[in-house]
This record gives sequence, C-alpha cells and structure tokens, in this order.
Amino acid sequence: MGSTNSTLLKIPNVEVLMQETGFSPAHIIRLHDRFKALDKEGRGHLCPHDFGAIKELAMNPIGDRIIGAFFSPGKETVDFHTFVKILAHFRPVDKDRPKEPNSPEPINSRSNKLKFAFQLYDQDKDGKISRDELLQVLRAMLGMQVTDEQLESIADRTIQEADLDRDDTISFEEFRKACKHKRFTMFRFCIRPGERKLMLTLCHWSSELQDQHEL
Amino acid sequence: MAFLQQFALLLALLIIFSTSCKTAMLEVDSAEVGLNYSLKSSATENISTSTNDSTGGHGSSTITTLPIVIWKWHHVETPYLVALWILTCWLCKLVAELNHNITSVIPESGLLIMMGFILGGIVWGADKAQTFKLIPVNFFYYLLPQIVLDASYCMPNKLFFSNLGAILVHAVIGTCWNAGTVGIALWGCYEGGAMGNLNIGLLQFLLFGALMSAVDPVAVIAVFEEVHVNEVLYILVFGESLLNDGVTVVLYNVFDAFVSLGGPKINAAEIIKGIISFFVVSFGGSFLGVVFAVLISMLTRVTKNVQVIEAGFIIVLGYLSYLTAEMLSLSAILSITFCGVCCQKYITANMDEKSVTTLRYVLKVMANGSETMIFVFLGLSAIDQNIWVWNTGFILLTILFIVIFRFMGVFFLNWLLNQSRLIPIDLTDQFVMGYGGLRGAVAYGLAASLDEKKIPEKNLMLGTTLIVVYFTVILQGITMKPLVQWLKVKKATQSDLTLNGKMNNRVFEHVLTAMEDICGRMGDNWWTRHWNYFEDKYVCWLLMTSDARKHKDPIFGVFHKLNLEDAKKYVNEGESKGSLAFIRNYDNASVDFKKQLALEYADIMPDIMNDMSEYDFGIDNVPVTSVMKNPLPSVSLNVHELDRKSMLNDLSAHHLLDQHLYKSRRDNRPTYSRSHYNTSENPDEMQEIFQRTMRSRLESFKSAKMGVNPAKKLSKHPKKDSTHKPNGKPADPHRTHPYGDEDFEFSADSASSSEIAGHFPRRNTNAPGAGVDNPTANNMAVAPSQTAQGRLPWTPTNLRHLAPLRMSTRSTDSFAMADASVDDEAPEEKSGSHHTRL
Repeated sequence: MGSTNSTLLKIPNVEVLMQETGFSPAHIIRLHDRFKALDKEGRGHLCPHDFGAIKELAMNPIGDRIIGAFFSPGKETVDFHTFVKILAHFRPVDKDRPKEPNSPEPINSRSNKLKFAFQLYDQDKDGKISRDELLQVLRAMLGMQVTDEQLESIADRTIQEADLDRDDTISFEEFRKACKHKRFTMFRFCIRPGERKLMLTLCHWSSELQDQHEL
Repeated sequence: MAFLQQFALLLALLIIFSTSCKTAMLEVDSAEVGLNYSLKSSATENISTSTNDSTGGHGSSTITTLPIVIWKWHHVETPYLVALWILTCWLCKLVAELNHNITSVIPESGLLIMMGFILGGIVWGADKAQTFKLIPVNFFYYLLPQIVLDASYCMPNKLFFSNLGAILVHAVIGTCWNAGTVGIALWGCYEGGAMGNLNIGLLQFLLFGALMSAVDPVAVIAVFEEVHVNEVLYILVFGESLLNDGVTVVLYNVFDAFVSLGGPKINAAEIIKGIISFFVVSFGGSFLGVVFAVLISMLTRVTKNVQVIEAGFIIVLGYLSYLTAEMLSLSAILSITFCGVCCQKYITANMDEKSVTTLRYVLKVMANGSETMIFVFLGLSAIDQNIWVWNTGFILLTILFIVIFRFMGVFFLNWLLNQSRLIPIDLTDQFVMGYGGLRGAVAYGLAASLDEKKIPEKNLMLGTTLIVVYFTVILQGITMKPLVQWLKVKKATQSDLTLNGKMNNRVFEHVLTAMEDICGRMGDNWWTRHWNYFEDKYVCWLLMTSDARKHKDPIFGVFHKLNLEDAKKYVNEGESKGSLAFIRNYDNASVDFKKQLALEYADIMPDIMNDMSEYDFGIDNVPVTSVMKNPLPSVSLNVHELDRKSMLNDLSAHHLLDQHLYKSRRDNRPTYSRSHYNTSENPDEMQEIFQRTMRSRLESFKSAKMGVNPAKKLSKHPKKDSTHKPNGKPADPHRTHPYGDEDFEFSADSASSSEIAGHFPRRNTNAPGAGVDNPTANNMAVAPSQTAQGRLPWTPTNLRHLAPLRMSTRSTDSFAMADASVDDEAPEEKSGSHHTRL
C-alpha cells in the first residue's frame, strides 16, 4: 500500500477532501488518475475544452450543460478539489452515516443531488426554470422527432404540472416536489467496498423505492 | 340477493357440468375425454347402446323415410365436449371469483384447484373412474403457449432487461441446483432406507428432481399480483419462473435421455454432451425466439391494410415460434418467451392502437382461459386411482427437500448477486423469493409425460407431483399474503404518470452517462446508451415504420397519453355533471365542451393539431390563471371559471364539434363491415361532401326564395298558422319561415326517400307530423325545440342535454361557420336530410 500512500500524499488537503466527499482513498486515487488523464497539458486544472475532448460527451445532447455544471460562474477552470466535489454528488446517499446535528449537509444528500439537477435546467441561475430554459432542454433531448408546436405544448404542460404558485416557472421547491412523489430516478455514484473501480450506475426502479424510505 | 345470485350461478355451473358428464358417460370406455382430441376420435367407435336409436339416423343404413331432424351427436361430439369443458372451467372461475372475501384469503389458483376437486368428486360419484384428465400433449401444445406468450408480451420490458442478469442466474443456476440437489438428496434418503423398497435409481431421482424444479409462473404471478410486491422482487420472481420453465424442460429432456441411455453407458463424454446440449437447447431456443420477434416486427410494418387481422399475426407467429423450436428440439418455452419480450416494443409502435388493445385482450382471454382450465384439471386429476401410489417417506421428503433447497439456492445466489448489485436484494425479499417457489402445471405436465417403461414408479412420481402442486399452490399461496404483510416486504409504489418525471428521468440518464464518460468507465449506462444508439440507428430502422419512429419518443408519448386522459376525463365529467351544469351555465359550458372535443380531436389527429396547435396548450385540470402565448384561458374542469372567449376560436370549436357530431352520427348507423368496425374512417371526406351539398342546396334555395318560393310560402303561411296554433306553438314570423321550409323540404324528401324514416327515428315521430300538418301528433312536448329537432339526430345520445342549447342565439355559430347565410335553419335541415341519403 506504499504506492497508494505516495499518490495520496501528492494531492494537497486530501484528508479534508475525503471527509467532505466521503470518497475512500482508493476512489480518490482513481479519480486523480482520471483527472490527470483528462488534463492533457498537465496544468493541474481542467478547461471546458478538456471535457469537450471526451468523444462520448460530445454526443450527449445535454453535454454542454453537464460540462457547464463543473464550472462555477465566471471561472474558466476546475481544479481537482472541485472536480471531486462535483462527482461526489453521485455517491449513494449514506444511510448509515450517523446524523450529527451540527455537521454540514453532505454533498451527496438528496437535496444536493436535486440542486445539481436543478441547475442543469436553470442556466441563468435565477433560481427558477423558465419556459424557455425548459424548452431548450426539451429541444436538445427530443431533437427532430417533434415539431416546435408540440415541443412548446409539452413544455407548457410540464410547467403546469409542477408549477404550484402559478408564476409560469418552476422554482427549486416546486422542482423538489415534482421529483418527490413521481416516478423519479435518483442518481447515485456508487462505490462498492473493496472495489477500486468507480461504479456509477443508474438505479432505475429500485432506487426510487429506496428513496421512498429515505424521505 | 347476492347469495341468490351466487346460488343460481352455482346451479348453472352444475347443470352444464352434468351435461358434459352425461354426454361423456354415453361412451363409457373412452378413457380421456375433454381435451383429448386424438383419443376422442378412436373413442367415438365405442358407441354405447343408449345413443343407438338416435345415432342410427345418420348412419349409413338406408332410410325408409325422409327425416326432418337428425340427432347427430357423434358429428359434434369432440368439439362439443371441449367447448362444454371450457365453459365449465370458466364458470368455475366465475364462481370462484364471486366472493371477494374468499379470493382475498385464498388465491384464485388455489380456489380453482378446489373447484377441480369438487368437479372430480362429482365425476367420481357418477363414473367411479377418472373419465377426464389433462394429457401432456394438450397441455404443452394447446394450453401452455398462450400463457407464456401473454406473460412475456406483457412483461415490463425495461425492468426485465435491466434485471436480466439476476433473472438468468436464478433461472439457470438456480434450477440446475434445485434439480440436482433434490434428486441426489432423495436418492440418498432412499439408499438410507427412508422410503422402503422402490424401483428407482439415481438417474430417475435426478429426472424427478428436474421436473420438480419448475416454478410455475401462473401460480406465482397470481399470488404476487394480489399482494403488490415491489417491482424488483416481482420481476425477479416473474422472470425467473418464466425462464425457469424453459430451463426445466431442457433439463428434463437431458435427464430423460440419460435415463433412456441407461446407467452403465453414461461416461464423461455423454455427460459433457448433455451439458452442451443443455446450453445449445436453451440458447438456441432463445435465439429462435429473437428471430421470430424480428420477423413479427418486420411483418407488422406492412400490415396496415389488413388491420383487422393484425393482432392475429402476432399470435400465430408466436405459436409458430413455439412449434418451430419444438420441431428443432430447442426449448419451445424459451423461444416463445423471448419472442414476446423482444417484439413487444416494436409491434406496439407499428400497429394501430386498436390492434394493440385487441392483441392485449385476446392474449389475456386466451391465457386466462387456459390457466383456469389447467388449474381445474389439476384439481380434477386427483380422482385418478392409478396415480395414488402412496409412499409417505417419498412424498414428505420431496416436499421437505424442494422447500429447503429452494431456500438455500435463493439465498446463496442472491448473496452472490448482491456482491455486484448496486442495490442489494434484502433478506425479506430473498425470503419471499424462496417462498414463492410454487410448483404448478409444468411440473405436472412433465410428470405425466414420463414414460412408464423407463420409469417403473411413474405413478408414484405423478402422485407426488400432484401433492406437491396442491401443497405449494394452496398452502403456500394462502400463507403468502400474510407473510408478505408480516415481513413488511416493500410494496410497489403507485406513481402517477407525469411529464416532469419522464423528463427528469431522461435528463438524469444523460447526466449519468456523461458522468461515466468523465470518470472514464464503461458502466451500465455506457451499455444502455450504446444499445439505445444502436437501436435508434439500426434496429428501429429495420423494425419500425417511419411513422412509428417519429412518435416513439417516450416524452412525447406521455404527453399524448396525458392529453387523451384529460380529454376523456373532461368529457366524462361534463356528462356526469349532467344537464344541470350545462343548463345553469350553458353558454360557457357548451362552448367549453365543444372546445374540449376539439382538443381531443387535435390530439387524435395530428394534421388538425398543427393548425389548431393553440388548443392543446392548456389542457390540464389545473386552471391556469395566467394567459400565456394565446389569449385563451386553458380549458378547465370548472365550467364556472371560464372567461369570455374570442369569437374566432368559438367558431372553429363549433366547426370541429360539428365535425365530431357528424362522425358519431354516422357511427350510430347500423352498418356491418367484415373488415372494418368503424365505417367513417375519413370524416373529412364526409365533411367535404356535406359542405358542398349544403352550399349547392343553399344556392338553389336562395334562388327559389327569390323566384318561385315566396309565392308558395305565402300561400302556405296561413295554413301553417292555423294548424300550429292549437299545438301551442308561437306563430311568430321568425318561426314560420323555417316551418314553411321544413314542410317544403319534407314533402320533397320524405316522399322520395323512405329510408330517412329509418335513420331518423326522432324526426319520424315529430318532424313529419309537423310537415304534413297532423295536429294529432304530440308536438306539445317537443314543440319548443322544433328548431333543434332537425339537428338532433347528429348528436350522440349522451350529448342530448346539449340540445336545448341550440335554442340560444349562440348556437347559430355552428353553421355560421359553414355557411354565411342568414337562412340558417333551412339549409341545415336540407343538407341534413340530404346527407343521410349519401
């Protein structure tokens, strides 16, 4: 395990990071390797075009938004700490973690996951998903299959469904409620004990059942 | 009252049952009646004396005089008995389902077996022998395929494929484990002397173990659906039991071959061959099923012109996949299973919505029907004396071992699976999985098809299998529900279909694949994504029509479904509120109602949707206060909340409503078509004809009015007034004009075409009465709505409460759209009568 420790030592503030994110040393090392692989020029941080170089990501209809989620507003780069913290959203919700009243909410809590999802829609960061924002996402995902009129109808209906205060936008609270009792896929970033691989899996049906219990 | 009804039903069942018994008793020697076609034909030779006098009529003997009617029992005997037995079994189900208090305690399958006991008792009492039984050939060729096809076709596809790994592990390894351990353990006990002296070797025990490992999907699903367990558990048990049947049959055949081969000849090479054969047969069968699925999907691309039999193709091809696999000695059950699972998505997209519904219902009817028969006959089999070779040790040990080893297998395999499962299968679920190992008809069918020459103790095995089936289906079935409740097994969550949910799911899928890409790992999402990509690009292109491809997007599908639902709900609401709501508030309500119909229309017909796109905007139960891009407030269920609407939209709504009404009126016409069940597939065409005729009629009317008619009308006027005043009709000038016209119209029309009377029953009683100035007609009641009367036939009967609305000034809108003329009543009347004659 000497190599493990030496790699870990290279990463600054690794204990803080591990504590914040809940990743194990093995995961951190694995992510660090990946980070270095993405950072082709070895600057120690990633730029949007580094993400763009991932071929599969370019195929993703909402890939731009997801890349955008790594960069806080005004910043052009993302360092390893931020990178890991963003990915920590996808860890499964810790059920066993003892609830300490004064500890900050973990990154992988349900509401933080929802916040992450919410900001994918909310591009102008005004805390609301407007009709146009929704329309953009829908257009990206549905593509050529439906006409603009149909797309607009779908967007309108979607807003109506979630919109409780009737301001024609979906606020975070409304978004959370819409996700609460609906057929909803919660994403987890799941790492098996003793497994060095990062496993990110979509838990389709089973996860929502679990979510019922977590609520 | 309820009791009386039940009693009557029971009586009816008994009568029908006794008929089938009686008819069967006519030929005493026939050992296998009911479903047995093959033996039936030979049995018909044994004509008992009681039918001699009647059957003589159709015999080849010379007749002395011309018979008027002939008793031809033996012509119809076989199909008649089959039909009677089917009826009897279904009536059993009816009786079993009568009382919900009982079905909530005892699962239906158990009840049916008990009904089978009762029927068997009656047969026994009458015949003192088993006259009816289920023979394996009929079971495997005529009863099982539709059950499997239905189960696989209705399988939740996504759930199935996402859990396919676990299902396969349980179905393949679990089944082999069960077969092997039960066989060996029984053999060990036999060697230990626990069952006395039997003529069974190790191979026979293994064969018995193989047939005992078939978990019955029917019994399991019946129980699990009743208790609503969570989806993962459900799909694991369902998928396992379905695939497990196929694996069991394969395993059975392998062991059967070993038994035929005999102990000494089996060496390592044969065993390896057996293992290879196992995999070839299983995977070959599955592959064949996929091939047939592709064939079916491709076929449904081109069946648009023969929509009536579209659904039939699926059933026939599914059955063929079963038979083909059987012919190639591949696993037939696996073949039809994969056929159903794989083609489901594409044929649903390709076929017309009606065909999809038809297929679903037909499959359900067939599957439920044969399921019922299977269970009843399982119960009925209990009266066979031959099979009851009692061996307490064998029977008890079998039950013990199948339960123990089932639990062991399930726990071990789940432990193995949980090592790599993201969400582990928890202990209660595992326990329920183990407990859900009900044995059913497949085990019995396999046991019944054992060869007595090779297996001397066949009857013992058959009897034991029956006892195991009764034990598991009835006892475990009954205790399953309390157990699930007691263990607090996670139940299925009812969730509504929402656009938000669907959309968020989609976004999250994309997010997750993106995260996998960023982390640089090929996870599940990578596979899902690439499969989706591949499917979109090639599979759909091959298997789906271009139309279906366009509309297959799930988000759009949900949107469409929700809209349809709302429209339906809205119409129902409007109807259930009845005329009250409409009368109180009819101006708004009527318009609103029509608009809703227009909306429904817009959803059904995309071409209208395009130019009416502003309509499908706000269909929701939630009233939207805000006015978004269109000036119309959305349709609201609350009719009182409606604002004034713009005239233009009203008009188009009226126009659409009229279209709709014409359509439904046409549907009411008694027509029969061999290949279509709705005659007006194209209402646009009719509308076109209608409008054109109306216009031409209007022209002629106008010219007539200008030229000849006024004189005629003037002459009629006094006569009209005098005849109608006694009837209490206001003789205002506005009224008389339509009357005169109607009269004019009718004298021309009703004389020329008498079929109007047939099509217009309403008008037949009232309007002609007015037309020929018959004062005795009971015009009193209908008189005020005379103007509406002319148009009423177009309204479907359930919309009748709308009729008074036509009296209001707004009602003229509907044809102000169609013709800009001031003479609104007359052309409508004319064209209407003309329309019917088209």
